[in-house]
Amino acid sequence: MIPRPFEYHAPRSLSEAIALLNAHGDTAKLLAGGHSLLPMMKLRFAEPGHLIDLGKLPDLQGIREVGNEIRIGAMTTENALIWSELLQTRCPLIVEGARQISDPQVRYRGTLGGDIAHGDPGNDHPALMIALDASFVLLSEQGERVVPADGFFLGTYMTQLEPGEILTEIRIPMPPSGAGYCYAKLKRKTGDFATAAAAVTLRRTGDTVSDVRIALTNVAPTAIRATDAEQALRGKPFDESVVAEAARLAMAVCDPVEDLRGDVEYRTAMAGEMVRRALTVAYSRATA
Amino acid sequence: MSQKIMVSFKLNGKETDVVVESRELLIHTLREKCLHTGPHIGCETSHCGACTVDFDGMSVKSCTMLTVQAEGAEVLTVEGLAGLGGGGDLHALQEAFMQEHGLQCGFCTPGMLMRAYRLLQENPDPSEEEIRYWMAGNLCRCTGYQNIVKAVQYAARKLRGEAVETSHPLMADTH
Repeated sequence: MIPRPFEYHAPRSLSEAIALLNAHGDTAKLLAGGHSLLPMMKLRFAEPGHLIDLGKLPDLQGIREVGNEIRIGAMTTENALIWSELLQTRCPLIVEGARQISDPQVRYRGTLGGDIAHGDPGNDHPALMIALDASFVLLSEQGERVVPADGFFLGTYMTQLEPGEILTEIRIPMPPSGAGYCYAKLKRKTGDFATAAAAVTLRRTGDTVSDVRIALTNVAPTAIRATDAEQALRGKPFDESVVAEAARLAMAVCDPVEDLRGDVEYRTAMAGEMVRRALTVAYSRATA
Repeated sequence: MSQKIMVSFKLNGKETDVVVESRELLIHTLREKCLHTGPHIGCETSHCGACTVDFDGMSVKSCTMLTVQAEGAEVLTVEGLAGLGGGGDLHALQEAFMQEHGLQCGFCTPGMLMRAYRLLQENPDPSEEEIRYWMAGNLCRCTGYQNIVKAVQYAARKLRGEAVETSHPLMADTH
């Protein structure tokens, strides 16, 4: 319950935050919503010497449409995502996903950027971002770089974020109108991380799948994209057998850990089932 | 010994200054320094919601916030709920939890009340399903939730200016 002592910083600008990050090196951690970091500190899994609170930087919050992109500040909270009219109408997958994350109190504090930067395979946004073909803006003293979500997640709690970098913004290509989507998540109870979950975006022409992206949550050391499963669907008429084949191929890339949510076989099978359900719903939501 | 920091925030309408170590959790400050012991601690993994307070218009679990993050904030705890209408009458939610038997041991109640308070600001007429979904950050071991749902519905009706009557058979004649 009691974290180790640390020094607290509340920078008023991004450049100040980056200067602090560089000054304190790997003894510093960025504090966003604090709903992963503080729990780890309370259990002494994390013992940073410096916390740099990004909560006083309004530039990092907000959801806007820029050209053919949706841009979301990294400090935008889960509840702000859920209540965003822009996302409800133009990118409902994020809303459907965020509604399945944790609980109301946590969603007032937990942020999109923090959920991504944490790199926990249990988190839901990594797979959602891969399914949406999102990119992340990483800012450092050297300037900005933009990296795709697909490839950002390197291992459990490991991402492409380098020392001295801050994830400032998430950029999502505007989903085409008529695109289908679904986030199917199996969990033991409200607020739990997924036993398995699948994020799907899908476009159809008639009864044929013209494009599809499938990403899986908590069934490998990172969120993973099921590219073989996508390939099995692309250009094919949507029917039970092609969905079953996609689910089988998705299961083939699973590498879950055995824990209280179940053993490897169960979680792999549930990943296949979530893929089947997410595809079915996404297809039914897509307009031809 | 790590640095001590002075933090100023508004607690139930009153300007409050505390001096804390940066690592001090808001729940501990509220309970131990401000002596507002209504908010409780039921876990150390941010699940139970017994520590829920209203913080700048958000329901937050005060076990998962540092007191230093409260600089300049407006914090409302269960102790401030009765005063909200002026005069110290029970808030509609407190009356409702009593009338509908929405508590037994009372340990989750301060957090439940503060969460329901914010929920009804955001959605004055929630369905049963919405109440259950938006109260999911608060655990209760005693009630089985059923009467908590009824209590939130009772308070919602009262706050909307509608006539309210307890659904509890033994309470109907006593108020």
